[in-house]
Amino acid sequence: MVESARLSLHVPEPAVRPGGHPDFSNVKIAKAGSVPRPEVDVASEDIRDLAYSIIRVLNRDGEAVGPWAGSLTDEELLTGLRNMMKLRAFDARMLMAQRQGKTSFYMQHLGEEAVSCAFRKALQKGDMNFPTYRQAGLLIADDYPMVEMMNQIYSNESDPLRGRQLPIMYSSKEHGFFTISGNLATQYVQAVGWAMASAIKNDSRIAAAWIGDGSTAESDFHSALVFASTYKAPVILNIVNNQWAISTFQGIARGGSGTFAARGLGFGIPALRVDGNDYLAVHAVARWAAERARRNLGPTLIEYVTYRVGAHSTSDDPSAYRPKTESEAWPLGDPVLRLKKHLIVRGVWSEERHTQAEAEILDEVIEAQRQAEGHGTLHDGGKPSVRDIFEGVYAEMPPHIRRQRQKAGY
Amino acid sequence: MARMTMIEAVRSAMDVSMARDDNVVVFGEDVGYFGGVFRCTQGLQAKYGKTRCFDTPISESGIVGTAIGMAAYGLKPCVEIQFADYMYPAYDQLTQEAARIRYRSNGDFTCPIVVRMPTGGGIFGGQTHSQSPEALFTHVCGLKVVVPSNPYDAKGLLIAAIEDPDPVMFLEPKRLYNGPFDGHHERPVTPWSKHDLGEVPEGHFTIPIGKAEIRRTGSAVTVVAYGTMVHVALAAAEDAGIDAEVIDLRSLLPLDLDTIVKSVTKTGRCVVVHEATLTSGFGAEVVSLVQEHCFYHLEAPVVRVAGWDTPYPHAQEWDYFPGPGRVGRALAEVMEA
Ligand SMILES: Cc1ncc(C[n+]2csc(CCOP(=O)(O)OP(=O)(O)O)c2C)c(N)n1
Repeated sequence: MVESARLSLHVPEPAVRPGGHPDFSNVKIAKAGSVPRPEVDVASEDIRDLAYSIIRVLNRDGEAVGPWAGSLTDEELLTGLRNMMKLRAFDARMLMAQRQGKTSFYMQHLGEEAVSCAFRKALQKGDMNFPTYRQAGLLIADDYPMVEMMNQIYSNESDPLRGRQLPIMYSSKEHGFFTISGNLATQYVQAVGWAMASAIKNDSRIAAAWIGDGSTAESDFHSALVFASTYKAPVILNIVNNQWAISTFQGIARGGSGTFAARGLGFGIPALRVDGNDYLAVHAVARWAAERARRNLGPTLIEYVTYRVGAHSTSDDPSAYRPKTESEAWPLGDPVLRLKKHLIVRGVWSEERHTQAEAEILDEVIEAQRQAEGHGTLHDGGKPSVRDIFEGVYAEMPPHIRRQRQKAGY
Repeated sequence: MARMTMIEAVRSAMDVSMARDDNVVVFGEDVGYFGGVFRCTQGLQAKYGKTRCFDTPISESGIVGTAIGMAAYGLKPCVEIQFADYMYPAYDQLTQEAARIRYRSNGDFTCPIVVRMPTGGGIFGGQTHSQSPEALFTHVCGLKVVVPSNPYDAKGLLIAAIEDPDPVMFLEPKRLYNGPFDGHHERPVTPWSKHDLGEVPEGHFTIPIGKAEIRRTGSAVTVVAYGTMVHVALAAAEDAGIDAEVIDLRSLLPLDLDTIVKSVTKTGRCVVVHEATLTSGFGAEVVSLVQEHCFYHLEAPVVRVAGWDTPYPHAQEWDYFPGPGRVGRALAEVMEA
């Protein structure tokens, strides 16, 4: 007879909690330039290692090295830096605006700017993103007007969404940015559907799905992988692993083993991990996946290893669940500073020009804010009409909603 | 014109729509090669190819979620949930996504999808093949909800649903798939081929969503019903010899309130019948609208006849199902008051 031990439940815990000393020594960081770059038509089983390593291009000295380097020109890199700086300045101003009571809520991207800004540049006009709430860089990098974004955040009279959506839940078909849901993971599978439609119509456009590390635990994530692999949909399945889901560390969604990228392997989907704070690496990997999709080779899953430096949202206090200095200990650095350094090493940028660019960008953001506030803020000035509550539920207003609108006096 | 069962009418609606518009795609579990467990999609894959009619993994949220993405692209997906009982994994996609995309994006993106599903009991399906979840959809702003009661309506309404710019839930009473049914389970089901409403145009036609139909005119009492219960109500009125007016709602959302109000104003009495459980069922909505709009014309309290507030039993399904006996007793009750 086997003597059975008493069972006990395993509940994963992060390495440190507030008051502790941040330690990322367990995060295995591959040397920049050390991970191979396979051909885009490689079989997924031949690149299983890429789901466990981290693709990096920028080394400590700011040089671009290895097989994933060289996908961008000086001009493109300078634009990339500018876009990330813009997003950072935009975040800072909008965070302040929330603190001043001009809007109810805000979510910033601090530390994650490279992911969405670089990714956007790997897509083409007409492609469609199904984003979650921390990818405003997709809009910034596509030159969507900041004033419009602010109008949305303020829910003012010029809000393109007529005050119906929570701040930052933008929508722009024209800029390939699907309306944000707020219900996590639902849009992952919708992206796969969009990509399947493009394939059904023998189109050349592709889709991109976005999800956070925590949200990969939702069943829609798994439905999306099933459909993407079954139909070889032309979709890029992005997972932004910023280590935290509000207060919950990434190990809760993942367990102690494997990586998020490795979730793709069981589906036969090529899966890569990339340094999410390395603009060049993100762009190179995204371009690789986009080319695969466009050549009808099917989906690619990409895990961006990054760190959420700021709070989850304006309603969150991260010091309650993680050490205050954890972001400084993060081994992959700051995406803006890393690209800045690279451009200086490359000889096309300098500290002076950077300081000057910062000032210019701040002026640009302040000017956009002035214009947006001219249309009102959440509690002050112009608002969308109350009549707008009743419009647009259906293409044509049915009688019961019309009766309610009339009853309300509109 | 041709004689069709409701299954054939539903299939014909998809066929006509797929022929007219390349953007119409049909998919779901077993719908492609095999043609669906009720054979509603039989032949469509052979005719339109497997990128326009195909089998999916068993993932309802995947089916509806991908349909939403396809609709955002510009296709018109008409998907099948194998039984209404299995739509719950997709409920999130339906209620929070499909229903809201137009509103939350201010028309930037829309969601013209149709979600078909066999509903209701009367085929010994037990508790997981007999549910009538319509009230779960009528509570959701942004969806439309349609329940046909015969082949003619099924075809006209389904084509209208596919052409509709908004998401439509299309509930097919499976008890009516092969023929009308008067609620007397011991009697054989008469085939649609012996019924006027089995006579269906072969080509394209539509029936507007949001318009009810009066199936029997009368002046003593109004019976409001939809789906299978339309046939039960007609049988009950015949059996009881009551001069009842029977309204077939056809669309629950939007609802044809005018037709109900006009009829109840005339008769002064009303019975509402549905197969779904009573509490918080769609009947509650109809009754409250009737009292709001017809109060001064009412001569008796409005009565509901519905499934019991229990799961759908297997062996006793004919005791669960509101048959003509129960409807007849309700008619007598409101006539006496
Ligand atoms: C279905 C659903 N459940 C819960 C929430 C509440 N919620 C909002 S963000 C969040 C954490 C998400 O974490 P992650 O996916 O890691 O993304 P991150 O915020 O780190 O970018 C939660 C639980 C939600 N929006 N939707």
